[in-house]
Amino acid sequence: MKNKIEICLDNLKAQNKKALITYITAGCGGYEQTEEAVLAMEKAGADLIEIGVPFSDPIAEGPVIQQASLKALNRNTTLVGTFEMVKKLREKTEMPLLLMLYINTIFRFGTEKFFACCKDAGIDGVIVPDLPYEEYDEINGTAEKYGIIPISLVTPVSFERTGKIASQAKGFLYCVSSTGVTGVRDNLNTNLTGFFDTVKEYSKVPNMLGFGISKPEQAREIKTYADGIIVGSAVVRLIDEDDRAGSTAKIAELTASLRAALDE
Amino acid sequence: MSQEKGRFGRFGGQYVPETVMHAVEELDKAYNKYVNDEEFNKELRTLYRDYASRPSLLYYAEKMTEDLGGPKIYIKREDLNHTGSHKINNVLGQLLLAKKMGKKRIIAETGAGQHGVATATVAALMGFECTVYMGREDTERQSLNVYRMELLGSKVVPVDSGTKTLKDAINEAMRDWSANSETTFYCIGSVMGPYPYPEMVRNFQKIISEEARAQILEAEGRLPDAVVACVGGGSNAMGMFYNFIPDEGVRLIGAEAAGKGVDTALHAATITKGSVGIFHGMKSLFLQNEEGQIDPVYSISAGLDYPGIGPEHANLFETKRAEYVDITDEEAVCAFEYLSKTEGIIPAIESSHAVAAALKEAKKMTKDQIMIICLSGRGDKDVYSIAKYRGVKLDEE
Repeated sequence: MKNKIEICLDNLKAQNKKALITYITAGCGGYEQTEEAVLAMEKAGADLIEIGVPFSDPIAEGPVIQQASLKALNRNTTLVGTFEMVKKLREKTEMPLLLMLYINTIFRFGTEKFFACCKDAGIDGVIVPDLPYEEYDEINGTAEKYGIIPISLVTPVSFERTGKIASQAKGFLYCVSSTGVTGVRDNLNTNLTGFFDTVKEYSKVPNMLGFGISKPEQAREIKTYADGIIVGSAVVRLIDEDDRAGSTAKIAELTASLRAALDE
Repeated sequence: MSQEKGRFGRFGGQYVPETVMHAVEELDKAYNKYVNDEEFNKELRTLYRDYASRPSLLYYAEKMTEDLGGPKIYIKREDLNHTGSHKINNVLGQLLLAKKMGKKRIIAETGAGQHGVATATVAALMGFECTVYMGREDTERQSLNVYRMELLGSKVVPVDSGTKTLKDAINEAMRDWSANSETTFYCIGSVMGPYPYPEMVRNFQKIISEEARAQILEAEGRLPDAVVACVGGGSNAMGMFYNFIPDEGVRLIGAEAAGKGVDTALHAATITKGSVGIFHGMKSLFLQNEEGQIDPVYSISAGLDYPGIGPEHANLFETKRAEYVDITDEEAVCAFEYLSKTEGIIPAIESSHAVAAALKEAKKMTKDQIMIICLSGRGDKDVYSIAKYRGVKLDEE
């Protein structure tokens, strides 16, 4: 059976469309708010959604997602609770869903049990920011056994590492726009086209750009060289714990504006 | 010890974001090029001697020995190094390497401030720009060290995320490194982090046991029965243990911070209470909950309140080559006072944990035995907080 991520990306390619991937931290504002926001983003044009499992020490994240993780943990958001939420979402949507989480969350839960639960809940892929190429063995074999795709990340400072990472990537390749952590940035790295030229030499899957993207103007420029964009902090910063409906509306609006920019 | 590159048994590895992996690889290459390079080691040994004032003394604590009535007690005086702790050994090594690599900027994390001060010192000596990350709570506990680092020309950034202590300072330093890895050298202060750090830091600290082993053979004509060191991340302990590992008759004893007690929530006893996890670049033992969230930890000592331990220690523990004991705040403070009064040596509160463990162990040992305590640092920095702990009001502040 083909993975939903691959089916979705094949379809986009066939229609000559760019992918819109959005991210939201599970449990920030409560599970219900996350669930509502995911469905709203799908409706507004997101193709794939990453659900972040909060971690106490998210070293790859900037202030926005750090704060969201903390808020989610303060609401007792857990991995088990996130799986339950995904199960509920699966009753309402067939879109590809990925978990973004730190390796300790998987390891502590038990790698085998984790991927079995992913499959059971309807998760299609995982993104583990602190698991570089050298340590893929920690999860890759088990992920494959359960039909879950581990997404590879490559950065402009991967240099000679780019080839080995990009050539074995499955699903899509997560291309990090800049050095540093996640977060909204006004200006992206200027030499991204050069970075993408290198990536495309090796990658056999669609290449998505993430980190720092928040605006339709950026989406318009990026679509000239990338197969899609990943937007995280710009979504997460719209979550207002005291205004669920308002947050969802704003998130839907942002998603729609990015969709429109990609489809122009 | 390490069968697979970068591993100590099943511990170690390189679990860091891709944004820093090229820097880790670059460091790995440089480290492996210079670690056995004669010229590099000559330069480092010269710095150890002329700048850090090595070798440090192995002092026979006669009064303490008599008072305890047990083994002959020797103290390895790392507190007499320049900057007042063992941290300078590692920093001289790493910053000399950074210089060879052509890096211009140094970043470091610090808990108690000893590693921060050592880094700021050597950065001044070698002409690096330097930023030190320090948890907000630690900047308050150790304000003198903050000023000291600034005096040395470094920038100190207080960290407000998480528990505002050492682990959060490391998180923030790693984020900085992610953004600036091409220009910046991350000088990690303990035997932790992704490979090659645990091995590299141990190699820059093993001078402690290299000297101590030769010194005890010179003084006593035989090896000690036990060596004792405190363990936070574990760098002075790895330095103190390393050259004794092949000597099977030598017990290696690490003293962990038990804070208010290992049965309370307020401790940092990673080996006693921890479980296997993956964090800060390494697979090792960590204090964490069922879901893998890292626990907030506590100790009176800012240098020991870290929720993990270096992977080589995890392996020494698992293979039963080293033993680890818990020392509470109260026991450490008593040892702090004891050594001050008995030998006229004020130990760092971190090192006082080792002294406390030695006081306990000495009771089980006999007069014909020998024990070495690694006194990792001096206690001037702790006087104010010990006074506070004892309810003594000082004029300061």
